[in-house]
Amino acid sequence: MTDRPTLAGGATLAITGSGGSGAVTAGLILLAAVGRAGYFGLLGRSAGPQIRGGESAAMLRFGLRPIECMGDRFDLLVGLDWENVARFADELPLDRDSLILTDAQAGPIPEILVRSGAQVRSLPWKALADAAAEGRVNMVALGMVGAMLGLPLDALEAGARTTLGGKGGRVLTPSLDCIRSGYSAADAVPVSPSALAPAVARWNISGNEAAGLGAVRGGVRFVAAYPITPASEVLEWLAPRLELLGGSLLQAEDELASINMIIGSSFGGVPSLTATSGPGLSLMVEGLGLAVASETPVVVVNVQRGGPSTGIPTKSEQSDLNIALYGLHGDAPHLVLAALGIRDCIDTVEWAVGLAERLQTVAIVLSDQMLGQSRAIIDPPGDRPFGAGERPRLLRPIAQDADPDHRRYRPAPDGVSPMALPGLPGGMYTAEGLEHGAGGTPSSRAIDHAEQLDKRLHKLTGFDYGPDWAEIRGEGDHLLLTWGSSAGPVFEAAERLRDSGTPTRAIALRLLAPLQRDALLEAIGSAGSILVVEQNQAAQCFAYLHSQRALPEHARSFARPGPLPLRPAEIMRALTDRDGREET
Amino acid sequence: MDVAGITPTLRAKDYKSDVAPVWCPGCGHFSVLSAVTKALAHLKLHKERVAMISGIGCSSRLPAYVDAYGFHGIHGRALPLASGLKAARPDLTVIVAGGDGDGFSIGGNHFLHACRRNMDLTYIVMDNEVYGMTKGQASPTTQPDWAKSKLTPHGTGMRPFLPTAIALAAGASFIARGFAGDPNGLTKLLVEAIEHPGFAFLQVLSPCQTFRPEQKEWKHLVHPVETAPTDDPVDAARFIQADDGMALGLFYVRRLPVWQPQNQPTATPADLEREFAL
Ligand SMILES: Cc1ncc(C[n+]2csc(CCOP(=O)(O)OP(=O)(O)O)c2C)c(N)n1
Ligand code: SF4
Ligand SMILES: [Mg+2]
Repeated sequence: MTDRPTLAGGATLAITGSGGSGAVTAGLILLAAVGRAGYFGLLGRSAGPQIRGGESAAMLRFGLRPIECMGDRFDLLVGLDWENVARFADELPLDRDSLILTDAQAGPIPEILVRSGAQVRSLPWKALADAAAEGRVNMVALGMVGAMLGLPLDALEAGARTTLGGKGGRVLTPSLDCIRSGYSAADAVPVSPSALAPAVARWNISGNEAAGLGAVRGGVRFVAAYPITPASEVLEWLAPRLELLGGSLLQAEDELASINMIIGSSFGGVPSLTATSGPGLSLMVEGLGLAVASETPVVVVNVQRGGPSTGIPTKSEQSDLNIALYGLHGDAPHLVLAALGIRDCIDTVEWAVGLAERLQTVAIVLSDQMLGQSRAIIDPPGDRPFGAGERPRLLRPIAQDADPDHRRYRPAPDGVSPMALPGLPGGMYTAEGLEHGAGGTPSSRAIDHAEQLDKRLHKLTGFDYGPDWAEIRGEGDHLLLTWGSSAGPVFEAAERLRDSGTPTRAIALRLLAPLQRDALLEAIGSAGSILVVEQNQAAQCFAYLHSQRALPEHARSFARPGPLPLRPAEIMRALTDRDGREET
Repeated sequence: MDVAGITPTLRAKDYKSDVAPVWCPGCGHFSVLSAVTKALAHLKLHKERVAMISGIGCSSRLPAYVDAYGFHGIHGRALPLASGLKAARPDLTVIVAGGDGDGFSIGGNHFLHACRRNMDLTYIVMDNEVYGMTKGQASPTTQPDWAKSKLTPHGTGMRPFLPTAIALAAGASFIARGFAGDPNGLTKLLVEAIEHPGFAFLQVLSPCQTFRPEQKEWKHLVHPVETAPTDDPVDAARFIQADDGMALGLFYVRRLPVWQPQNQPTATPADLEREFAL
């Protein structure tokens, strides 16, 4: 790359600045603008440890196909100023082909960025901003960068309107002026006309909003939760919208309360969910065991962050698989799912709600900060529900009549016994967390324990989950196997390997428990090299799959902790470099 | 409570389930169970419109003994379980029952927030100043010099938790004390508590026959509250601070806003999706 990025397949750029510089706002506008211009896009953001303000970076990748991960490097770094940017340097891989755009008046570029060999261009943003009434450097830079990227001015203006519209004309009008002034001052000739507008209107959505939408599509009408980063946006999205749907959100005193509240509301017949992150999930596990034992459907969306303990609240990691799988005491079978991308947060959460309801159990859905707090331009979700059947199959079996012989926990062929809802005459029972007999009366007899344990296990293992337990792409003797948000870089790595002559297939697990072992072994087939990819230190998924005898002996692990996102190139290297340090 | 559902024919015993209580003979909790069934009969509530919610402890076994819907949850979490149910199902009469350990120790935080949330719930705490179920350890209401537990051989050395004072400070809108040895008085208080629109807290002195046999003396120590219930929190605080812990009756009742979501649907999920379209 020379003076400007080539636009053929889009570009990857980062905008950085100190608190108040408006880097993230500029990123949000740019995402909306590339969407308007017919591109897909993905916007991640990174913030310093400050509660409010402080330095931040917006990272945008856009292109002609759905964008599922950030890629390996940045074409363009837009430096509004350089205060504290060194804190992000390791999140901003640049190279000799990268271009740094800045204004010389913003001060010297930090050495750590210069060392990358990236080219530098200084542009007169500050002068242009000073020339305008209430001028804003970020908006001038945005206009100029938009022009250099070949985006139509009206797409940028529309992006600004949707992003800043809520702030009123006093913010919007000068911003639009600055965007126009930057746009017309750009000397670069826009590359090729922009991508074709898609037939269906695409969506601009974050993973946390997507999880909230999946919940209400699945029928959730009650949520109780305690705020926690990076899950709070799920709750912020849901609170006013549940009211419109006739439901409600209750802000609980803690997560011990929130999980028990949703068990109560679900017992009352209303599909219920909570969203949290690692520390909150830790507090919930006793309650989850109660939901398993009492066979009360509940869904927990766990937006993972760096752990253990308070860990790294604002950064991503896939290190809560173990607690999701094994955190509950006793033999407590339940569902564990993982969203494979931002768009997949919609479908996977919706599916989890349906499964929890149908199977009267707990579903934990693992998302993470990377998915939850990033935004993407996506195609709207499809109409096909996940799983083997139609949506009605996923309704909770409810006892309809006053059946004198109604016994809440009576073993049934599929293990799921109809549940009477309070209000139904003749259906009265006491839901029980103590082990119980078929009628619900506490029992410590071996025969009752065995019967109820089997009931709760077999209703999950005997269910037909259909083809959506995993997403499988491509063919090849090499196999990349992953779960959750690592699917994005893994899919890209597999595709690039195929393109470069190394046939590679990718399997991303969406349903982790119960593990669809037979289907997985069949999908693995006779793959010659297998690499299990995940973003945690302990290779949690690799160990789990081995414990389930779902992996051939020669499978290897590539596991490393967050907070840096997994990048396609490192996955490709780990697969091909058999002698690498990743060898397990 | 729901006054629409009236069943004129049921008697107290019709509200008893056929599950036999696990309690020790002479346990105060038996009287509480009978008072609950009498109150339900008095109020002519449809059994299926009543939900009895509890945590863990001897006292928390009560729901299974009532012929109604019930949830025997986990230790200390009865109030959130009940709050979630009531939020989702305002049509039900939701009664929460438990012990002093369940409600004031492990569940203490929920007690504070249930008082201030003021949902239309009735909360009965069977206070025996001991953990009965785990065989006799000190609870938050145990006197500091009670040294009969191996865990606290010198007593707890801590002043006891004052449930009525805490309830008042946390914003409860109905505060009363009953006694298992006074079944009629207890039934009357229960009826009032269930009828009260808001969070009704009823402390019931309920002797533990097995680990606190000296509580047999309570019947000589209790006495009716002499003044009429107040709706003034300052007067109530004065009374509660001067109370010897043995006064029986309704101390404080006040109409306060009840927290209860009641939203009518005006949109579908498909309507909400439009906000995402570019
Ligand atoms: C999380 C947890 N911790 C400890 C226990 C053990 N436990 C069961 S009941 C109980 C105390 C019950 O005391 P109280 O609530 O006063 O009821 P009582 O038996 O006196 O009626 C304890 C500590 C438990 N079941 N769960
Ligand atoms: S141990 Fe005490 S509280 Fe428990 S049942 Fe026996 S007498 Fe009642
Ligand atoms: Mg007790």
